Amino acid sequence: MKKIEAVIREEKLEPVRAALEGIGVYGMTVAEVSGRGREKGIPLQWRSGEYMVEFLPKIKIEMVVLDEDLGKTLNTIVTKARTGERGDGKIFVLPVENAIRVRTGDKDDNAI
Amino acid sequence: MSSGDTAWILISTALVMLMTPGLALFYAGMVRKKNVLSTMMMSFGILAVIGVLWVLYGYTLAFGPDKGGVIGGLDWIGLRNVGQDPSSTYATTVPHLAFMMYQGMFAIITVALITGAVVERIKFSSLLIFSVLWFTLIYCPVAHWVWGSGGWLAKLGALDFAGGTVVHITAGVSAMALALVLGPRKGFVEKHPMEPANIPMVALGAALLWFGWFGFNAGSALASGGLASNAFVATNTAACTAAITWMSLGWIHRRPSLLGVATGAVVGLVAITPAAGFVTPLAAIPIGMVAAAISFYVMMWRSRQKVDESLDVWACHGMGGTWGALATGIFASVAVNSAGADGLAYGGAILLAKQAAAVGVVWVVAFAGTWIIAKAVNAVIGLRVKQEEEVVGLDISQHGERAYGGL
Repeated sequence: MKKIEAVIREEKLEPVRAALEGIGVYGMTVAEVSGRGREKGIPLQWRSGEYMVEFLPKIKIEMVVLDEDLGKTLNTIVTKARTGERGDGKIFVLPVENAIRVRTGDKDDNAI
Repeated sequence: MSSGDTAWILISTALVMLMTPGLALFYAGMVRKKNVLSTMMMSFGILAVIGVLWVLYGYTLAFGPDKGGVIGGLDWIGLRNVGQDPSSTYATTVPHLAFMMYQGMFAIITVALITGAVVERIKFSSLLIFSVLWFTLIYCPVAHWVWGSGGWLAKLGALDFAGGTVVHITAGVSAMALALVLGPRKGFVEKHPMEPANIPMVALGAALLWFGWFGFNAGSALASGGLASNAFVATNTAACTAAITWMSLGWIHRRPSLLGVATGAVVGLVAITPAAGFVTPLAAIPIGMVAAAISFYVMMWRSRQKVDESLDVWACHGMGGTWGALATGIFASVAVNSAGADGLAYGGAILLAKQAAAVGVVWVVAFAGTWIIAKAVNAVIGLRVKQEEEVVGLDISQHGERAYGGL
């Protein structure tokens, strides 16, 4: 089992979700987050002059997948979330110790 | 007594009342979300407190029978001799009670205007005490000087149709003095980003201010008729012109922002306030245009200083009111209002000098008086919240509630 944390553009959530569904990967938790990378902040208009917003709105997807699904899942996210411009986001992959399905008590791979 | 005038003054009174909650929304949308409620609470608290003090003693200090040109006597304390019959001095076609309450709404919003300077860090209890002192020691006397029968600035011949000097200069200049005594918000000098919580709320507040301002300015004719209509048209024209001007200046620098249009409209309304019943509707165009340009660049200059006059009450109301008072000295015409005078544009230079004198006097009195009151309140109970209270936000630390809660 691997945990994927993907920070992507807001408008890329729906293409990513649909494409993952197409390859049989359904489960995910999504949050609206603020972040920054090489894109840095942007200036917004104050009443006169402007102010910097250093953190931009992004979507963070968290999901745990079976080891054998990892490659195609990552591939799908990268393909669907990419624009080629700064600010496309990052993906992190982490090992997972245990997983439990709350409804049944199923453990680990059976819980995914 | 005129039923038409009475109806108009009662409606205008309600319109001006609505401006203070409008101001609450206008200001609260521009602070960070942890301080939205506290910012609104300042206006609502002042609405409640001054609303009572006005009937108890404020009205008689400002409008009571004159004592030496400087203050009203106590003949009307607690509304003694203020009843359903018209006053023999003010608005003689409407019940004295209606005139009294109409003026009370001006007192309320003037005090509330100041709060924009001190949001996100002033202690609520201290703000209320400051407000009571400021209302008693600054607002009531200045209102008497300019509007009271026998007031010394009125006798001098300075014109102020609806409160450019009494409301906007006093509030704007006092806001600066109070902000200087209080000091900047934590993180202001370091230029930490402070993002406005809710710009639609600012726009709604500006809309309510604009709507209420028809009562403020056209109501100041104190009668329903031609002069009120003149003031009404001048008011709307100035607001629109200033909004366009502000939008254009923002566009030149970067983008035409809604925050800019909302601010511009308010500045135009401020500037036309002293002039609305003395100038032609078309004179509102240069008045609104110049007001927006002045406030826009003064605000830009102020934001580069280390002075955290947070929501630019001084740049908007102090500057807009000052320009409006001087513009009255330029554009006023007896053809519009025979109770006025001819300004510079109509060959009357003396009016502009009188306007400048009134502006100067009120600037000095408002700044010095507020400085002293603020220093005194600060010395006795402290003006500022504790640092950790400021960090967590005033909604929680001062009022024990939050604007946007729950999952």
